[in-house]
Parts: sequence; C-alpha cells; structure tokens
Amino acid sequence: MERKLTCIICPLGCALTVETEGKKVISVTGNTCPRGKKYAESECTNPQRTVTSTVKCADGSLVSVKTDKTIPKEKMTECMTLINKAVAKLPVAIGDVIIEDAFGSRIVATQNRGL
Amino acid sequence: MKDLVIIGGGPAGMSAAIAAYENGIRDILILERDEHLGGILQQCIHNGFGLHKFGEELTGPEYAWKYEKKVRELGIECKLNTMVLDLSDDKIITATNSEDGIFQIQAKAVVLAMGCRERAKGALNIAGSRPAGIYSAGTAQKFVNMKGYLPGKNVVILGSGDIGLIMARRMTLEGAKVHAVCELMPYSGGLARNIEQCLNDFEIPLKLSHTVVEIHGKDRLEGVTIAQVDEKRKPIAETREYIPCDTLLLSVGLIPENEISKAANVDISTITNGAIVDQDRQTSIEGVFACGNVLHVHDLVDFVSQEAEIAGKAAAEYIKEIQAERVLITLKTDGKIRYTVPQIITKKQDVTVYFRVSNVYKNVRITVASGDTVLLSKKKPKVAPGEMESITLKSEQLENAKKLYFSLEVM
Amino acid sequence: MYDVAIIGAGVVGGMTARALSKYNLSICILEKENDVAMGATKANSAIVHAGFDAKEGSLKAKLNVRGAEMMPTVCRELGVKYQNNGSLVVGFNEEDRAIINDLLLRGKANGVANMEILEKDALKRLEPIISDQAICALHAPTSAIVCPYDLTVAAIGNAMDNGAQLKRNFEVCRIERTENGYKLFSQNDSVEARFVIGCAGVYSDVVANMVGDTTFRVHPRKGEYILLDKECGTLVSHTIFQTPSKMGKGILISPTVDGNLLLGPTSVDGEDKENKSATQEGFADIIAKAQKSIGSVPLGKTITSFCGLRAVGSTGDFIINSPKKGFINAAGIESPGLSASPAIAEYIVQMLKEQGLTLTENKNYAPIRTSSHAFREMSLEEKNKVIKENPAYGRIICRCEGITEGEILDAIHRNPKARDLDGVKRRTRAQMGRCQGGFCSPYITELLARELNIPYESVTKFGGASVINIGKTKGEQEA
Repeated sequence: MERKLTCIICPLGCALTVETEGKKVISVTGNTCPRGKKYAESECTNPQRTVTSTVKCADGSLVSVKTDKTIPKEKMTECMTLINKAVAKLPVAIGDVIIEDAFGSRIVATQNRGL
Repeated sequence: MKDLVIIGGGPAGMSAAIAAYENGIRDILILERDEHLGGILQQCIHNGFGLHKFGEELTGPEYAWKYEKKVRELGIECKLNTMVLDLSDDKIITATNSEDGIFQIQAKAVVLAMGCRERAKGALNIAGSRPAGIYSAGTAQKFVNMKGYLPGKNVVILGSGDIGLIMARRMTLEGAKVHAVCELMPYSGGLARNIEQCLNDFEIPLKLSHTVVEIHGKDRLEGVTIAQVDEKRKPIAETREYIPCDTLLLSVGLIPENEISKAANVDISTITNGAIVDQDRQTSIEGVFACGNVLHVHDLVDFVSQEAEIAGKAAAEYIKEIQAERVLITLKTDGKIRYTVPQIITKKQDVTVYFRVSNVYKNVRITVASGDTVLLSKKKPKVAPGEMESITLKSEQLENAKKLYFSLEVM
Repeated sequence: MYDVAIIGAGVVGGMTARALSKYNLSICILEKENDVAMGATKANSAIVHAGFDAKEGSLKAKLNVRGAEMMPTVCRELGVKYQNNGSLVVGFNEEDRAIINDLLLRGKANGVANMEILEKDALKRLEPIISDQAICALHAPTSAIVCPYDLTVAAIGNAMDNGAQLKRNFEVCRIERTENGYKLFSQNDSVEARFVIGCAGVYSDVVANMVGDTTFRVHPRKGEYILLDKECGTLVSHTIFQTPSKMGKGILISPTVDGNLLLGPTSVDGEDKENKSATQEGFADIIAKAQKSIGSVPLGKTITSFCGLRAVGSTGDFIINSPKKGFINAAGIESPGLSASPAIAEYIVQMLKEQGLTLTENKNYAPIRTSSHAFREMSLEEKNKVIKENPAYGRIICRCEGITEGEILDAIHRNPKARDLDGVKRRTRAQMGRCQGGFCSPYITELLARELNIPYESVTKFGGASVINIGKTKGEQEA
C-alpha cells in the first residue's frame, strides 16, 4: 500500500511516499535526508510526537515545558492530563525535570522561573 | 554616547549584539520594551527552533536562552521595560522606562531589531458585529502560554500562517475544540510540517480558498459564517456555512514594525515594509542597520539570527571605521519574485541574497542576470510564498555588475 | 430622591448632567451599558457642524449654531481636543452647484459666519487631493472636529467630580409617577427623582412610552465607518462632504483630532435598535463614494471599521419637549446632535427652570477638568517630573499609540472610571492604534484585574458577557 506523508522533522517538510506491506515499510521516497526515512518508518509503525505545554508554578505563574523525548502520538491527550495536574516548585531552570515519567519521556522545563 | 545601541532584545537584537562584541565592540546597549529578553520567542513554547543554528530542536524559550546566556556572560548592557520613542537621523535615541524616565542617547551606530506585529482584525473589514472573542493568534498565544488563560472553547482560525497553525494545536491541547482553519488563498502560508502536526494530527480541517464573511454575536462571539472564495477571492454566496464558535483567531500576516525607522527617515520598501538595505543590512542612513523581522518577515528564527550576525558585524566595522572598496549594484526582480534582501550591494564580496516568490510555482528555474549575462540559475521543484529562498553570489560574479535581475521561469 | 435623573449617558445626557452640576442639585445618570458613550456617541462622524444643513427655524438649526459657538469653550474647560479645521461641501456638476448655493443661503439664514463658495482652482489649492471631477465647493471655516466619546467621558467625569452620580448597567424598564416625581425601575434596582430627562438615543421613544408619551417614534439609521491609519491623517485637512442630493447625502472624509482619517457613514434605515453589524455592501459603498471625492483611497491602511446607530426621530427635527410635568424628552437627536449637545443641555436646563426646578449656584462647581491627554502633551522635562513621582508613567503599555501604564491607571481611577478594555481604549487610546490591542490587551487586562480587584478571566471587553478569557488553562487545582 502507498501512503503519503509530510515529514515533520525539519522545516523543509518533505513530501514522502511510503510503500508498505501490512505494518512493514518497504520503501520511502521523497525524503531529502536519512531522518525523513526514519520518520516515515516510525510514522507508519509507531507514530511519535513531542508535546509542549505549560505547567503551573507554586506561585501561580507558568513555566513552559516539553517532553524530552517523543511519546506515542495517541498518548498526547493523556500526557496533557499529567501536565495539567503538575505543579513546579520554584526556582525552575531550563532542563529541570518536572515529571519523571510521562509515557517513557520526562517532562522538563524550557524556561527559567524564579532564578 | 554609546558605540552601539540595539533597539530590541529579541533573537535579532541579541544575536547582533553578540556579533558586534565578537568583532571588538564593548560599548553596547540593548533596549528591550518587554520585561524579558527573547522577544516573542518567550511565548513560542512549541519546538522546531534551532535546527539550522544548533542542530537540535529547541522550543522558543530555549532558543532565546542560548543567546540570553551569552549576552549575560559577555556582560552586554541591557535595559528592559524600556521603550524607544524616537530615533533621529543623526542617531539620537529617545527612550523611556520607569527608572530613568525619558532619556536620550547618542549612538555611533544603531541596529534596528524591533521585530514585527500581526496584521489586525480591523484591516480585514469583516461584516457583522464586533463582540469579544476575536484575537490575533499571537495575542491568544500570549494569553494561553504566558498568562495561563484560555480565550475560548470553540475556535475558528482565519489564516493559515504558522502562528495560527501552532495555536490550533495549542488550543486543542489545552482543551478547546478547533473547528476549522480557513485560508483565503488556495495554498497555506504556513510550513507543511505545521499543517501535518498541528492540524492533521488533531483532525482539524484546513479549508483552502475559504474566508470568514460574517461575525455573529452581541457580547461574546457566537459564531462565524464562512464561505468559499472564487479565483478573484470573492466569497461565493451559495457556499456560506455557519459555524458556532466563541473564539475567532486571526493569523493573516505579519508586518515589520518600523515606526522608529520611519521617524528617522530610513527608506522603507513598500514590498517588505522593512528598510531598504545593502549586503551589510545597512539602511539608507549610514550607521543604522536593520535585521530580523523588522527588516522582512522570516519563516525561521535561525535565519533571523544569521541575518543579525551580519548586521552586528557590519555595525562593528562601521564603528571601527573599517573601509572597503565601494561599488553600487541594485537588485531588481520580476513580479514572480516579490523581493530580495538585500536590495543593493555596495561591497565586492560573496553575498547571500534572500528572496520570496509571489505565488506557488512548480518546476521553476530561478535566474540571476547582469544585463544579458546569466550569472547563476537554479532549478527548484516547488517554491511558495511562505518559504524564503536564497542564492549565494560569489564576489567575482559581481565584477562589473551594475544591476542584477532576479527572475523566475516556470518550466 | 434625586432632583434630576438622566436616562442615557451619551453626549446629550453627559452635557446635560454637566450643565446641571453647576447648581445645587442631586443628579443621577442612568446608563444601561457598562460605560458611558456607548450608543450613537461612540460611533459618529465626530464633526462640529457649522450649521448650514438644518432647515431655517428648526430646533436643529438653532441648537446646532448655538452649540457650535459654545463648543470651543466647553472643550477647553474639559480638556478635550477641538480642532477648527473647516469643512468643504464638494460639488461635481451644475446640479450640485445649485444645491450648494441653497446651502449657502440657508447657512446665512441660520447665522453661520464666513461661508463662501470656492471655484475649482481655489478648492484644489486648499485640498490638492480632491478629485479633478470637482467643480466647486462650499467652504464653512467655522466647522470643526472633536472626539465625541472623549467629550462625553470628560463631561460626565466633570459632572461626577461636581457631585453627579452614575449608575451603570441600569436599564430603565419601567417608570412610575410618584407624588413628587417619578420612580424609575431597572431589573433589580430603582431610583426616584423629581425630574426625569429621557435622552436614551435610539430608545428615547421606548422611554417616552413608559410615561405614556406615544407622540413620536425613533428608528435606528445605520452608519458604517472605516478608519485609516495615522499615516493617512493628513490626506485632507478639511472635513470633505459631498453635496446632498436626491441620490443621498454622500459620505464624508475627515481627519480626526487624533490624526487618523475617517470615511463614512453609510445610511441604512432599519428597525432593530441593537443591530450594529457592518456589511460588505456598506464597505463597498463607502469606498466607492470616497473615491468620488479623492480619487484613490489607501484602503491597505485601514485599521478598523465600525458601525453606529443614529437615532432618527419621526418628526424630522429634534424632539425636545415635556409631554408630562417633570419629564423631558431629548429624542431624535441625530446629526447635528453632537454639535448641538451643549446647546441642548442649556435648553433643557431652561425647561427645567420653567417647570419649577430651583437653580441655585453650586459654589464649589469646578468647570475645569485635566485633559486625559495631559501627559502626552507635556514637555520632556515635565514628563520626567511626573515619572519621578509616579514611575508608571515611564512604562509604555500601548506601543502603537505610546500610552503609559500611568495613563491607563488614571483612566481606571478617574471619573467615570473605566471598567473594561473598551473603556480604557476610549479614555486613553490604548489598543486604538495599528495593532488594535494585539500586544497590549493582555497587559491592560492584567491592570484592570489588579485595580478592580477582580479575577483576570472576569475582565470584559465592554461589560455583560463580553469576557476576554473563559478560564484558566491549568484549572483550579491547588498549588
């Protein structure tokens, strides 16, 4: 089966064509770099996304956060539920872990707060 | 008296400051109107920044921090919460803040790095009422990402610029339902990856050749009527469709913020809405440079930083009075190529020229010619207005050139 | 029990309240919206007409000329910008010329000073941008421009500083006759007053009905406008009218006192007193007509468009009368209502006196109000003195219009206090520039929440259900 994808790895946004047999990827064309091929394979077997959002700080302010690795795409909503419940203790520095485990990734701060 | 004053402490301003420092200038002052450095990046909490510059995917605040840290390490002076009110053509800056009041500084060189603003709803003349619930995408981004408030639950977005696409995902993740993104043009103004990961991931329909024709609601927005448009972008009455919603976000274009440049009488291009500059990003006023989104709207912050390095370095050379052999080459475009930056070349050196096309074209050849001589030509499978292109010209190619003509041909 | 209750906080109500606050009277202004100047007052042409338009002998003619005479002093006292820019009624053919000749005669009869007819050359010298199709124009040098909501905010603020009260969100829905006057009811409140003035704009007939006066009707006439960027504010210096004819009144092109360019209005009669929706046809109409006057219109410089409802009375003239003892109508105050407003107020005060209201001078009456633009108009040294005393004046919140936190706080705390984003906008011009609040509205929301001590998400655009945000993103869980 042929599947058309847009690569999301970099701003080029290559239009990928993926040839699959069941869950197996036979070939990827349209990619500019090897990361495109990797993306296509992952997208057809186990789609992954980075989630970015904000977490409430102890003083009521917000700090921006992200998953430090990608998580399964279908877990994004559940991941948001975790993020929405979390409260960050101040001070927070970029890279500080806010949630230890969110679907195999950690939720880390992407802003400094209260430093 | 300051050697270099930089107006704006976003990615362009910080990058220019660091470049000037690295080129020997110490007496630098950054004036930033917001309460933090980093400009609009602080509210762009999504990832996708820095792949070109750092080879890794960063969020906006992380990208900004890389520069802010450097600015701090180098001890470059910054005044936050400081708004520049005026710039004179002899480089006297008038600014205000709560601590110093209104003050003036004479600068040897100035870098304009004020960024851009979003086109406002007023400019669209949409029929209907004027209730609460209509925001530019960037304003909604500020509410959601910086203030922690949700503007609404049921959203329609007009315009498929990147901020609009990003906000479609952000609003969805924060619990709102985005019903549609309408784009007047037959193509999106945003990056393909953003359509994929911000709309398709959440099954948000992108309605190309559609616009909002009427706004409904008295106090708070209650709905919008959308319609398909014909080739002349006129709404087709039979396609009118009512969508109940409490929020309309607009992502209909960015405009360089050149009020200060205009006050100084810097020549402004009617196409880019930014200054007309040479390869050093020097404006029509000697010693006044411009870079980043105040010069022309960029797709990627990485390119903003790159451009700001050019401006910062050139400002340093100007302050140090380093002279180069002068030439004067003007860059012209056909209609299919909308503009180039720079618009003039004054030094014989390798120059990367950035440009945008005016429509989506497939299988094109882009040609740079000097008189009848073709200096360079390059094939591209696809070009689009939303994606900035570039061509590097070698100094030897510029020999004897007076006028360079940039044209695009569909093959 | 108040001496006087005024229904409607528009320019007529505001001017009347101020005129009455010169005397020892208890005055209450009842306004159905969350702020003053919310009806026709906030969306009109902002012109102080010279007075050649209204028919000789009409109340409109008399009060227009008198009001226009009073306006410079009123504006000076209230710190409101008034610009005597003069107007031109442009004619494009001989038919227009005949009408212009009539207008000149009518103006003279009404007592308008220094009017003259300009031929094409003189017209082009005065306004070079005028279309080459123009053949002549009626020049009325006494015509002027003001900001109608600035004037109304200032008038009501001044009246309040002199003792008048303002009740917002008080929509009068029933009026009862009492022994000494009237009792006015809203959904959940009531006030009593000896005298009542109904100046409720498009609802003036509804209010009159409440005391049993059914002698007139008021219907809304929609007027749409387009406002262009300050870059276009000097395209014309005069207010440019088109010659009124069988084909309609045409539209005007005028600078505003704040330096923008205003185009409009359309003129569409309707029945719905709340329908302020703009239409594509309206925009097209304005653009086509504006092009007739000045050739090309830089529409790319549009910063906003809006729609106002003029209160058109069924008699053709202003309806200022007393259908019942102690109750006065000020209805059908369409154009030139703004120009006439100080004179309408004077006229009403006289009527009240004749009906037995005792007017003794308020010894503490202070006619002068500090301009809301005071800070902007100071010298650098003066500004720095203010910033030193109050650092909030050093911080710019609205970058497009250069409005400081100090000015916004002043608008929130000074009579009549701004309670919503649009209230701040009308008082300070913050959010009124090119970005239309894109950058500054989150900050102004914060200032309103802090100063009014309300939750951030309760801040509204213009009261009622017009909230800016619907809630927090992260819920209410405790930290």
